[in-house]
Amino acid sequence: MAGNNPNAKLMNLTLKVWRQKNMNTPGQLVTYPVKNISPDMSFLEMLDVVNEELLVKNEDPIAFDHDCREGICGMCSLFINGRAHGPERGTTTCQLHMRSFRDGDTITIEPWRAAAFPVYKDLIVDRAAFDRIQQAGGYVSVNTGGVPDANEIPIPKTIADKAFDAATCIGCGACVAACKNASAMLFVSAKVSQLAMLPQGKVERKTRVENMVAQMDIEGFGACSNTGACAAECPVGISLENIAFMNREYLTAKATSENVA
Amino acid sequence: MNWFTKTFSSTIGRKIVMSVTGLFLCSFLVVHLLGNLTLFRNDGGEAFNLYSHFMASNGVIRAMEIVLVLGFLFHIYDAIVLSRRNKGARPVNYAENHPEQNTTSWASRNMGLLGTVILVFLIVHLWNFFVPARFGSLDPVLIENVEYDNLYTSVVEAFKNPIYVLIYVLGMIALAYHLIHGFQSAFQSLGLTHKKYTPFIQIFGFAFSVLICLGFAIIPLYFFFTQQ
Repeated sequence: MAGNNPNAKLMNLTLKVWRQKNMNTPGQLVTYPVKNISPDMSFLEMLDVVNEELLVKNEDPIAFDHDCREGICGMCSLFINGRAHGPERGTTTCQLHMRSFRDGDTITIEPWRAAAFPVYKDLIVDRAAFDRIQQAGGYVSVNTGGVPDANEIPIPKTIADKAFDAATCIGCGACVAACKNASAMLFVSAKVSQLAMLPQGKVERKTRVENMVAQMDIEGFGACSNTGACAAECPVGISLENIAFMNREYLTAKATSENVA
Repeated sequence: MNWFTKTFSSTIGRKIVMSVTGLFLCSFLVVHLLGNLTLFRNDGGEAFNLYSHFMASNGVIRAMEIVLVLGFLFHIYDAIVLSRRNKGARPVNYAENHPEQNTTSWASRNMGLLGTVILVFLIVHLWNFFVPARFGSLDPVLIENVEYDNLYTSVVEAFKNPIYVLIYVLGMIALAYHLIHGFQSAFQSLGLTHKKYTPFIQIFGFAFSVLICLGFAIIPLYFFFTQQ
């Protein structure tokens, strides 16, 4: 367990956690008193402690998504006290620490809420809708063969930087969770921009944006109201510029692509 | 569906329709306000009545009127479709939802509400002036021995009523907030953002929204306080 500061004052908290048996059963918020939490723990470590206690009592542990726990995989989610990934800016839940809360706090933990992200169990939602959008066009087709020489394809630094910024999207779904319309525009636009800006992505450029937007709509995400809530909650700081870029891509593709149907 | 209907029934396509119709309606506001300024000529309404007669009889204006109605209809229809979709995209709400302060504007989160207030205002407004002017129940007035409809007196009469003044001022406040978000948001939806001109669009959009709505709101207030 984390907690390398022996002098840190331990915290007592009240958790209100969304518990839901499975997709077909209605869920509810259940209150758990939690004691002796180190402020050095990450939020997920705090939940691990709660789950160990639940297991000892022979109760069902709280199901939540997590994987790398270093902020790069996009698996952890959680709507904490009314905000995606909790109160800190530019942070995933695994990198949120208990020192961001105060002793005696009540913390409400809910799953992402979106029709396109149905709740599997407790705090775990099914984010396969994002995978299906990616499968619709979020890739480049390249021939296998020898390793190409470095810098064979010249890419201006400004373009490379912008494409990289878009590519930092970890697909966590915080944008959907934070948006009042549960819109996936920030996610889809990051994926579209990243590939459309680079020479390797130009081959499928038009079909890509057409198919990814069509899949986004099929999945039941909302439309963009340009509130900016998504970018404010994005743990990696994806910019709203990507949404404008995608709209431009979409309009151009629709007007000029070979796909008439 | 063919590619055209597919494009404009997608979420992005509908936002593009919202943007184009919204900006078109903004251009209508400019023309409408410029015409209304004739109300302030101290000539007993002569300039205003001549202007309203021109607007009602000129062929080009009448043709544009149809385009204007279509602009309103598409804007409202797509707003309803998008709002329903957006509501459906989150069937279960959060028990706690406290976004970080000042990251989103109130107007941007309430465009549907603001639009509804504007629609109610628009219906009242059409009922006050457009319906009597077009379907003829106005008193005649003689200007240089030619008979014109006296729309000016109905403006003066209407704004003696404080309830109308209140409805008009509230309508313009709603419109101002609607435009403060809508004007710059339209450019974002159309993909027209660039560090060279986006700051200008944002400042211009804010000034445009406030000045246009202020210009309209002054009219009922002016007549209410000067023509009692």
